[in-house]
Amino acid sequence: MLPAPFLNTMAALLTLAVFSFLYKDNPFYKVAEYLFVGVAAGYIVALEYHNVIVPNLWRPLVGGDLKLLVPFVLGVLLFSRFTTNFGWLSRWAIGLMVGTFSGLAIIGFAQGDLVAQVQANMVPLKTQTLLGTFSNWVIFIGLLSSLAYFFFSKEHKGALGATAKLGIWFLMVSFGASYGFTVMSRFSLLIGRLLFLLVDWPASFGFHWLH
Amino acid sequence: MEKFDRRYIFLAILLLVLVPLLFPLGLPIRVSHEVQSAYDAVARVPDGSKVYFAADYDPATMPELHPMALAALDQLFSKNCKVIGACLWPACPPLLEDAFRRIGEERYGKKYGVDFVNLGYKPGNEVAIVSVGRSIRATFPTDFYGTPIDSIEVMKGVDSITGLAILVNISAGYPGTKEWVQQVQSRYHIELVAGCTAVSTPEYYPYFQSGQLVGLIGGMAGAAEYEKLVKRPGTASRGMDAQSLGHLALIAFIVLGNVVYFTSKKKTP
Repeated sequence: MLPAPFLNTMAALLTLAVFSFLYKDNPFYKVAEYLFVGVAAGYIVALEYHNVIVPNLWRPLVGGDLKLLVPFVLGVLLFSRFTTNFGWLSRWAIGLMVGTFSGLAIIGFAQGDLVAQVQANMVPLKTQTLLGTFSNWVIFIGLLSSLAYFFFSKEHKGALGATAKLGIWFLMVSFGASYGFTVMSRFSLLIGRLLFLLVDWPASFGFHWLH
Repeated sequence: MEKFDRRYIFLAILLLVLVPLLFPLGLPIRVSHEVQSAYDAVARVPDGSKVYFAADYDPATMPELHPMALAALDQLFSKNCKVIGACLWPACPPLLEDAFRRIGEERYGKKYGVDFVNLGYKPGNEVAIVSVGRSIRATFPTDFYGTPIDSIEVMKGVDSITGLAILVNISAGYPGTKEWVQQVQSRYHIELVAGCTAVSTPEYYPYFQSGQLVGLIGGMAGAAEYEKLVKRPGTASRGMDAQSLGHLALIAFIVLGNVVYFTSKKKTP
């Protein structure tokens, strides 16, 4: 394991190299970018091997769990894509993966989103408190008008047009909230890097100047 | 004005974020209903219970998510909960390890394997989540260090996620909170508290409103609120002044941009 001051200095220099792109594209940024891609690829291969292939496949297989030969063979078939004549064999494994993910996603969406969210939007329009009643009316009107905006089987004129226009306002408020949250995320990243440069990096040399 | 060099905007943002980090303003932090609900949900868990801590993030989202992971673990360990941690993001296990070491070992004197365990990373996204719901042991035959699960004390008697008191998920995106709601919460009806990046928070509000999430901690602001509740100010609280000034600057830039747009539009025949 390399010493912390060296590692943190490397991290700080790479952070500055990435930030340098804000001025203009330059070789320092390119080095940081390529280094990141290479290290990330190497890391994921090593991690998959130690965390997945060895404990979930190799050890049980060697221990006599022969049914794991099926995923093992399917996994090997994925590499047939590198050949022209046998590339079609990889479709078996890909087909299984696509089918599994589709099945899980459809079930998950149906039970987690469709039913639960429709149920959650059936709110009483009169509650014990004025604020509760107001909130439920906002949900009711916002939901119907937003849905009206996405109803394209009839021209947006008259009552439907007015409702769809109201729906646009609700959608715009929603997009504005998303944008505000996105800005908060991006600022958080900048703050995190600056705190590293100001606090963690000097601290690794025993220099605690900012408390 | 159309030829304005945008690098001046970068510089202005840098200064507005940097200055409050050097000279904190101490702006107040108000705890929101969503974060209070998250805190209350964890507070309701009986002391000493076993809980599942799904850490699904990576270093890119550390400034937002690591502080809330630390705060959530602080509350869990203060209740002597046994924490089973696992990751669906490949770069997360060392971050979870760091959180366990700083809060579990250094702050509360908890022991690895007895009070908490890091099961490491498992690929498969939804498939892995469904598998965890069915059997944690089958999904993670070993922990992060390769130790067989049967020889880890905290894992004794643990198999399905339904036997655990609560599921706390710290999520940076896919796979994360949405998949835990769809594949585990709605299937096994376990209480789920989510902490997520600010950018994904609006997507999860409907889950909170419907009760599928019993608490929602959104972004650095949510993390700062949680730090306030557990009385452990950390990097999120420290960054909130810079957040506030940064947002004010951005509002000013948006107004300025619109003024320039409309005045130049008027001039154009």
